[in-house]
Amino acid sequence: MAVSTGRPRLDEPLKIAGRQFRSRLILGTGKYKDNETMVEAITASGAEIVTVAVRRVDLDRTKEEGILYHLDQEKLSLLPNTAGCYSAEDAVRYARLGRAAGFSDWIKLEVIGDQETLLPDVEGLLAAARTLVGEGFKVLAYTNEDLITALKLEDAGVSAVMPLASPIGSGLGLLNPYSIRLIKSRIQVPVIVDAGVGTASDACVTMEQGVDGILMNTAIAEAKDPVRMAVAMRYATEAGRHAYLAGRMPRREQAVPSSPSAGMLD
Amino acid sequence: MSREADQETITIRLNGDERQVPAGLTLRGLLAHLDLHERLVVVERNKEIVRRGDYGEVAVRPGDIIELVHFVGGG
Repeated sequence: MAVSTGRPRLDEPLKIAGRQFRSRLILGTGKYKDNETMVEAITASGAEIVTVAVRRVDLDRTKEEGILYHLDQEKLSLLPNTAGCYSAEDAVRYARLGRAAGFSDWIKLEVIGDQETLLPDVEGLLAAARTLVGEGFKVLAYTNEDLITALKLEDAGVSAVMPLASPIGSGLGLLNPYSIRLIKSRIQVPVIVDAGVGTASDACVTMEQGVDGILMNTAIAEAKDPVRMAVAMRYATEAGRHAYLAGRMPRREQAVPSSPSAGMLD
Repeated sequence: MSREADQETITIRLNGDERQVPAGLTLRGLLAHLDLHERLVVVERNKEIVRRGDYGEVAVRPGDIIELVHFVGGG
């Protein structure tokens, strides 16, 4: 949905692990009320990458037939995740299953440390990242907003660092813009904020920090009208990106008139 | 009595549950028995992922721990 300004190029593509994407929005596919709404929301968002989870096939067939039926892999890159894994060992196992299921070596690596907050287990995360990078995976690592962890992940060879805005599914928005900016300023691989965005303004503020993209799921899936929220997120992500590239005006404590002070009548 | 009832079965652990399946199946046969599309399912047998091309050769043995997984919606 690039806005035309007459300029030849308004933004660079997002580059992750040697691949290029026009959209800076990555969508999760969980929690939608039905697959039709999910597909429509993905299309409306303009996302080119969607995350999926690896789970047991339901042998009683009461529920679903697997999400692959519904996602057009000509248009969408699937990014399997290791959601629900609480150890490096489990995450590596799920990553291998994801690779076998999807014919791609991209993995969104999550190693969760606590059931209540779903905050990452940094120790497990780094261990799993090192193992998976060693096995040729392109690792996009979900992490907290700690710079040192981000630096260690980059050292480990991950393809993207994905700090959280706030806890998964919380919708609390960007709690720590300073830390996100700090990470972005020190990390060479793409920084994609993953988790916590609740509404469009959160996405916009997040992109205004200069990060390379946003990954979200619940904010769209749990909106009353997910398709419309997907449109809002698309605009907000682009708006925040352009605002960042444009460079904001300085903040001032005093008012400065916008109209000339000269030429006023007596 | 039906032929199926006469058929010899083995017990495996399938997706976390004990399950009787016909003896002598390969993984390909198991997936067909379960009416699953082999293209959409990944098989882990005793913690080792089995390559899709090998489903026709790998035999299901008594006591095997088999996990059948696929992609579902997730964030």
